[in-house]
Amino acid sequence: MPEVKTPLWEVFIRSRNGLAHKHVGSVHAADATLALQAARDVYTRRGEGLSVWVVPSSAITASDPADKDMLFEPTASKIYRHPTFYEVPEEVGNM
Amino acid sequence: MYTQALNTKDAPDTAEPEAHAARFQERIDTEERIEANDWMPEAYRRTLIRQISQHAHSEIVGMLPEGNWITRAPSLRRKAALLAKVQDEGGHGLYLYAAAETLGVSREELVDQLLAQKARYSSIFNYPTLTWADIGAIGWLVDGAAIMNQIPLCRCSYGPYARAMIRICKEESFHQRQGYEIMVTLARGTPEQKEMAQDALNRWWAPCLMMFGPPDTESQHSDTSMAWKIKRFTNDSLRQKFIDATVPQAHHIGLAIPDPALRLDEASGHWLTGPIDWEEFRRVLAGGGPCNRERLAARRRAHETGAWVREAAMAHAAKQSAQKQAA
Ligand SMILES: [Fe+2]
Ligand SMILES: [Fe+2]
Repeated sequence: MPEVKTPLWEVFIRSRNGLAHKHVGSVHAADATLALQAARDVYTRRGEGLSVWVVPSSAITASDPADKDMLFEPTASKIYRHPTFYEVPEEVGNM
Repeated sequence: MYTQALNTKDAPDTAEPEAHAARFQERIDTEERIEANDWMPEAYRRTLIRQISQHAHSEIVGMLPEGNWITRAPSLRRKAALLAKVQDEGGHGLYLYAAAETLGVSREELVDQLLAQKARYSSIFNYPTLTWADIGAIGWLVDGAAIMNQIPLCRCSYGPYARAMIRICKEESFHQRQGYEIMVTLARGTPEQKEMAQDALNRWWAPCLMMFGPPDTESQHSDTSMAWKIKRFTNDSLRQKFIDATVPQAHHIGLAIPDPALRLDEASGHWLTGPIDWEEFRRVLAGGGPCNRERLAARRRAHETGAWVREAAMAHAAKQSAQKQAA
């Protein structure tokens, strides 16, 4: 009998209060409740986190690696966006 | 190793734009990580799918020989540790399946390949666990050999695989230590217990050396895998590292390595072993090991008897989302 595929979920864990959730991997689960449970079992067996998010993998829209140059090039050419671009008289000290 | 069965060589790619391939190799050479959506040669993708899924299958099948002793562990402490270890191995299998899936293969296909015997797993898990000492020997030797192989994989060129390996390596050292602790306890126990530890070492030693795969002179995959930085050390060099690390550990607890030819080469500082029975290795990989049938039958049974759970969970999810939409 052909089985229906079990959906894929991406797992994010906050390891400590004050830190952002970080992607750690993925799990398969029929629904959100089971996904959360599976994520807890698979990714937090040694106190790795305080909070878990699960997001259906199909809900993620990703940029195309081929567009990398077009999307991120300005960070390299617009050096005037960085503080070191500007000169401040030495006598003034740190600014 | 867990991926030792990489015995078929892919035909080289021909139809791929050379500029892409050159740029790809340049990225590898400068230690850039390759991510799931990046362009990659088809052969790189296929090699990784095969290697990562074999690795995943090995973790999952590897739960069986140890699972055999959970109910008969000699103390609650040992039982809790073994249970946690076997659960870790299940987790390792799942991290690795997820890493393989980023390359465009589904979990269902991967599981089917294992059950249909189209994919392999490490030869080591086709040996039986006859006594409690085998649990010690597995943790000490099998996990010890796995660690040797897995540490360099943490720097593998494929990002998702490397990240999965980092998680796995963090967990493995507990596995090896709990195994060695069992061996230490037995070796310092009654004469019968010490004999049991020696017997386990006698049976597991040679199969563990085979875990690193065929000798470099016969290994077909090494060259391309090395150029792609999927692999960073040859089978023989990892095997030697394992031997050098393990022999003194055996001697320390008064156990003898079951190899009359074993000797320390003063000049190089390496422990040299006698010949390895590669016929046995090939036979076990081809399905002729003592437990091949039993292992596969256990996986098939688990898959079939678990089918109703997967179906029920999907039916429940469909019903819930329909009710939500109606409300
Ligand atoms: Fe493992
Ligand atoms: Fe392990």
